Amino acid sequence: MNLWLIAFGMGIVTYSIRLSVLVFVHHSALPGAARDALRYVTPAVLTAIIVPAVLYLDGSGEFSPGPGNERMPAALLAAGVAWLTRSVWATIGAGMGSLWLLQWAA
Amino acid sequence: MPPSSRTSEFAAGVRAQLPLLLGVTPFGLAYGAYAVDAGISTGLAQAMSAVVFGGASQFVGARQMAGDVPGIVIVLTTLLVNSRHMLYSASLAPFVEHLDRRWRWALAYLLTDEAYATAVVRYRQPGPATNAHWFFLGTGLALWVDWQIATAFGVFLGKAVPDEWSLGFALPLTFIAIVIPLLRDRPAVAAAVVAGAIATIGFRWDYGTNVLVPALAGLAAAMLIASLAPGQGRDDAPEAA
Repeated sequence: MNLWLIAFGMGIVTYSIRLSVLVFVHHSALPGAARDALRYVTPAVLTAIIVPAVLYLDGSGEFSPGPGNERMPAALLAAGVAWLTRSVWATIGAGMGSLWLLQWAA
Repeated sequence: MPPSSRTSEFAAGVRAQLPLLLGVTPFGLAYGAYAVDAGISTGLAQAMSAVVFGGASQFVGARQMAGDVPGIVIVLTTLLVNSRHMLYSASLAPFVEHLDRRWRWALAYLLTDEAYATAVVRYRQPGPATNAHWFFLGTGLALWVDWQIATAFGVFLGKAVPDEWSLGFALPLTFIAIVIPLLRDRPAVAAAVVAGAIATIGFRWDYGTNVLVPALAGLAAAMLIASLAPGQGRDDAPEAA
């Protein structure tokens, strides 16, 4: 099949997913339990992205939940800074700064 | 507190997206370079960033195209990889349902991980949200423009940022800054702990199920905890949700 046609199909399914509840299905049509659960979408999805990004090494994709993985202490420090400051830039600064420092020291 | 003007909401949306761009830009560069390396034409590699506008699914799609995977399989894989966006669509729907159709179609097109993460923070803020859709538009467009430019640089110049800089780490760091303040009640903590644990086990699961399945398990855990301790987590419930 023509690659452009495939790319177009990829675009249509992606857009349809994003349109789903925003445009096609009114959210009040969802069951009550589903609507309650939606309040926890943010911590659920974002944590599912965060944790593997911290525990698996970047290049090799190796599981490394201990020494030798500089991302772990950097992420923990960043979480502490996020808790105290509620600032995105301070969190990134603490996380990237400590990561670079630890990588440089290693 | 009077509602913020359209332009100040739009500008605040753009500003909220800036920290995420730090991590997204190297990702866009990497995608552009990877797609061309895999043998995708420069035109198609660039067009995918506008037509699909979903980083992970573009990587997987380019890999499958290069591997002569049948088109229908590529499209179905894309459906799975991006299915988590349905949760975003449902989560934001109550806040945009009063907007006319054109607005909702435009905002849906811009509904990525990064636009969702920043827009939902805006909608959780107390005070008037009369013009908050301009924030959503600003944060979504900022990401869109950055993604197109980063793709172009990756396509034509190759990966310009060395891996050793670890700039991609800025993305999970930003998500940490967004999630931590939300962990104020037990259901939210349960959602995060369960989703994070399952995502660790399922890191190698294919086709985007490595995010979708942990997220759904996290939602189930949150609902379970909320039903065991009624009243927990109700305090920050948005009016319309």
